Amino acid sequence: MAIDTTSTRAVTTRGSGQRRAATPASEHRVRLRGRIFTYIAMSVFGIIFMFPLVFMFVSSLKPDAQILQDVDSPMAFVPAGDISLDNYFGVFDRVPVAQFLFNSIFITVLTVGLGLIVNSMAGFALSRLRWKGRAVVMAMVIATLIVPFETIAVPMVYWVAQLPTLVIEGGLLKYDFGWLNTYEVQIVPFVANAFSIFLFAQYFSTIPTSLDEAARIDGASWFTIYRRILVPLSGPAFATVAILTFLPAWNQYLWPLMVVQKEELRPVMVGMQYFFQLNTAWGEVMAYTSLITLPVLIVFLIFQRAFVSSIAASGVKG
Amino acid sequence: MTVTPPTVAAETPRRATRRIRSARGRETWAGLGMIAPAALLLLLFLVIPVILAFTLSFTNARLISPNPPRFVGFDNFIRVFTTDPVFLQSAWNTFVFALVVVPVQAGLGLLLAVLVNRRMRGTTFFRVVFFIPVVTSIVVVSILWKFMYQKDGLINSMIDTLTFGAWAGVDWLNNPDTALGAIIVLSIWQAVGFHMIIWLSGLQTIPEELYEAAKMDGASPWRQFTNVTWPGLRPTMVFVLVTITIAALGLFVQVDVMTQGGPVNSTSTIVFHAVRKGYEQQEIGYAAAISLIFFVAVLIIALIQRWLTREKD
Repeated sequence: MAIDTTSTRAVTTRGSGQRRAATPASEHRVRLRGRIFTYIAMSVFGIIFMFPLVFMFVSSLKPDAQILQDVDSPMAFVPAGDISLDNYFGVFDRVPVAQFLFNSIFITVLTVGLGLIVNSMAGFALSRLRWKGRAVVMAMVIATLIVPFETIAVPMVYWVAQLPTLVIEGGLLKYDFGWLNTYEVQIVPFVANAFSIFLFAQYFSTIPTSLDEAARIDGASWFTIYRRILVPLSGPAFATVAILTFLPAWNQYLWPLMVVQKEELRPVMVGMQYFFQLNTAWGEVMAYTSLITLPVLIVFLIFQRAFVSSIAASGVKG
Repeated sequence: MTVTPPTVAAETPRRATRRIRSARGRETWAGLGMIAPAALLLLLFLVIPVILAFTLSFTNARLISPNPPRFVGFDNFIRVFTTDPVFLQSAWNTFVFALVVVPVQAGLGLLLAVLVNRRMRGTTFFRVVFFIPVVTSIVVVSILWKFMYQKDGLINSMIDTLTFGAWAGVDWLNNPDTALGAIIVLSIWQAVGFHMIIWLSGLQTIPEELYEAAKMDGASPWRQFTNVTWPGLRPTMVFVLVTITIAALGLFVQVDVMTQGGPVNSTSTIVFHAVRKGYEQQEIGYAAAISLIFFVAVLIIALIQRWLTREKD
């Protein structure tokens, strides 16, 4: 959205080009110097932002002894010498990476997917429908925005440990207490999100209500209007919310650390702990961190424009 | 409008109201039905935990205990401020962290935004580069920097090269004088790209004509910044400052992964202390009291910031 200024940019560059012909040579030199300075500054920052990650990927390909040796020279950033995927094989031997990756993907997809449904419906109810108590509910939703998760994390462990749940035991559906060590404890609490509701409500309110009225006359129910009219028209809002909820879901750490002790249910971030036993094998650690960073990085690079405009959209509403 | 057929007009009043009323009723039910899932979830996993945090903070509740929680009045709060030096140290560390991170990260983010907002080839590429650490998990970032901060690690060797061998080397994370600073650096490195984007979207709301006019009046680039750019960024600034402050006060992952609060509690933070007390030592009631204090602090600071940066009409 706001980031995409290519069209206006083209116009103004052409304009400044015309002006440049008329400006004295000295001013032209000043502008050129400014450009060179900007490029140098951006490149310096670029190096600062990239070197740790380049170091991580390069080190994941080297044996430990060579990593330590290369640290003292620019070789730390060059994938040369004894290069292999041994560290990656080592990672798969040491921990159930495939299981961790599956858990994280499963948890992330469900959290984001259910969140899109639940929060867009709530946004619809708050922005499109007139009902008693709407103002109160809206105020409460906004009020929940100011509660940082960290403040309720510890009491919430106590709370979810007492929630009722259904379990299948010996072929029978039984009633039990305690959500610890489950998938649902990692998903359900994060589905409803006040900020997502808010973004949906904002977006829906920009769509003309004449569409609803026409559909009402044709006898459509409110849910049909939501499903058939609002949802298909709100692609950008869905993309924004998906992106904004995807990263925190994938990066969950504090919460699963507290509520999941079973290895087979742990997400990738918590799985990291297995590498910090007696002797840290840094090559393997770098391989593991590369492994869990690459999927997100690839998704980001593909949808780079959408990511950036989603983040920008989150700020405009502040 | 006025040419409504008389027959219909004569018949309308009662039936029309009834029809409207039933439509209203259906709209209410639809509204309630569609808000219900979100409302129920927010109630279960936000409102109740907040109430629970408040209630538990006045009890001696333990995470796993055969005895039911007992009401202890303000004991937890008194204990926090009088007999828990680690809490006071943690609060101080959190304060120092926020005090450095908020202005530096906001300022650096703005600088980057101004750089990549110039109409030049390649700025889109640099936007992506500056943003990459943001999509990298803070857990991964913490582990990576922990490795680089080792005594014989990459950071020391790079400083050594840049100073032509004059650098003795520091064991960054095992030295109480440098550990918090080391965490500050990587935290800024990781998150600054996020705020660059927010600033950038603020910059792009400023109309181009204002710059044209300023240039026409012969304003230098710096004057253009102070007189056009900065006033136009006011609303963005409030958002950036509030989000960085709240994130900074919640510092946890970096500490948990890199130092476990050490050495000698020099990197312990409020949230880390609450988790250590409530989860590891199972003193939920006491941890709830710390959480409540933290929440009040966040609230006060956010309100102060909003007030300080309010629109002056």
